[in-house]
Amino acid sequence: MATTSRSFPRSPAAASQQFLPTARAESVLDLIGNTPLLEIAKVTHGLLRPSVRIFAKLEGFNPGGSVKDRAARKMLQVGLESGALKPGKTIIDSTSGNTGIALAMLGAVLGYPVELVMAANASRERKKIVRAFGAKVTYSDPLEGSDGAILLCREIVAKDPQRYFKPDQYSNEANPLAHFETTGPEVWRQTNGAVTHLVAGLGTGGTAMGVGRYLKSRNPKIRVIGVEPDDPMHGLEGLKHMGSSIVPPIYHEEELDEKISVSTEDAYEMVYALGQIEGILVGQSSGAALIGALAVARELKEGCVVAIFPDLGEKYLSTNLWIGWQSWNRSRLTRLLAKCRNESANATT
Amino acid sequence: MAVQIRVPTPLRRFTGGTDVVSANGSSLREVIDDLERSHPGLRERLLDENGELRRFVNIFINGDDVRFLDQLSSQVKDGDDISIVPAIAGGR
Repeated sequence: MATTSRSFPRSPAAASQQFLPTARAESVLDLIGNTPLLEIAKVTHGLLRPSVRIFAKLEGFNPGGSVKDRAARKMLQVGLESGALKPGKTIIDSTSGNTGIALAMLGAVLGYPVELVMAANASRERKKIVRAFGAKVTYSDPLEGSDGAILLCREIVAKDPQRYFKPDQYSNEANPLAHFETTGPEVWRQTNGAVTHLVAGLGTGGTAMGVGRYLKSRNPKIRVIGVEPDDPMHGLEGLKHMGSSIVPPIYHEEELDEKISVSTEDAYEMVYALGQIEGILVGQSSGAALIGALAVARELKEGCVVAIFPDLGEKYLSTNLWIGWQSWNRSRLTRLLAKCRNESANATT
Repeated sequence: MAVQIRVPTPLRRFTGGTDVVSANGSSLREVIDDLERSHPGLRERLLDENGELRRFVNIFINGDDVRFLDQLSSQVKDGDDISIVPAIAGGR
């Protein structure tokens, strides 16, 4: 498939302001945000109408490697401003994933010790990364999942509550606020206001809520779509099956226009396709986001669909995501896209 | 052969909320078939449409990952401890 160059509606001024890398930064804090927007055109070839385009917001380009840098920075900033986080405190939270990495990185640069409680089946890479940033890690029972880590973290804090600052991304409004203030405006500028649909995976709900609110404030017709696993037993790290989970207080489902369920296997297949066809190696939640974006885009006559890709793929290389990838070839993408078409046809009949 | 199976939280809706159940079989596949009889719906969560272990499911027999044993043909014996562990730790 030959690459076709298509012009993208953005002003030269916006391009010069938004796409040049920061020349010099005083702190890693200043490197968070202003992530690139990449058009995904090759894996979607032939599936969409000509005036429908899909773009991926590549949050893996943040210094901690994920979208979670934004929420972590804002939660710590608000904590510092309110005095809840002050010298002598230790930052603690239960997180197996990207938030743990972000907190560990930011704790290091801000000079605060960080303790993380994570289930013992967190990936090898994650365990090593947070420890490389100097964080202390306590492991919880893998069979109890994230709930087990949450409960163990509560026990630790209860023993010495004055010692800790617990950001609690699930109930901290600074989480969606970070996206309202940064991710949302970036998407608006990078598409020159042409965005029609936002597709974001649901974990805490912070990204979908914050970016969605900002975009709707600029254009109420923009639709916000959440993506979640199709079953409580799933392999989509970072995403929550909301129907079977404790609903995060910051998540307000009524603010979504639509919710799409994605199977783990389909998301994994899309990750392989993105690597080998688009040249971008991402985590499984990005694969799920693209499946969701395709489900939306294939129904459109025209539109600009922006999918949030929460992170890149390096930290998953030791995980089950890569079981069976060796036999991947383009025919598997063809089957996946055919499945998308069939589901679309079934949905419209 | 009766074995104990430790069930993770996302699958406890099939076991009435119980975290440990027992089943019979001389291989892991037979144990899963027996589990399906007593707890319908479990097998589909563990195995794909080809009857193979789903990529995001790990099963351990006495602490050993069955992917490094004999997959679903791995032999089990009376009193073995089987753990079903989701591949992801959940959360973010």
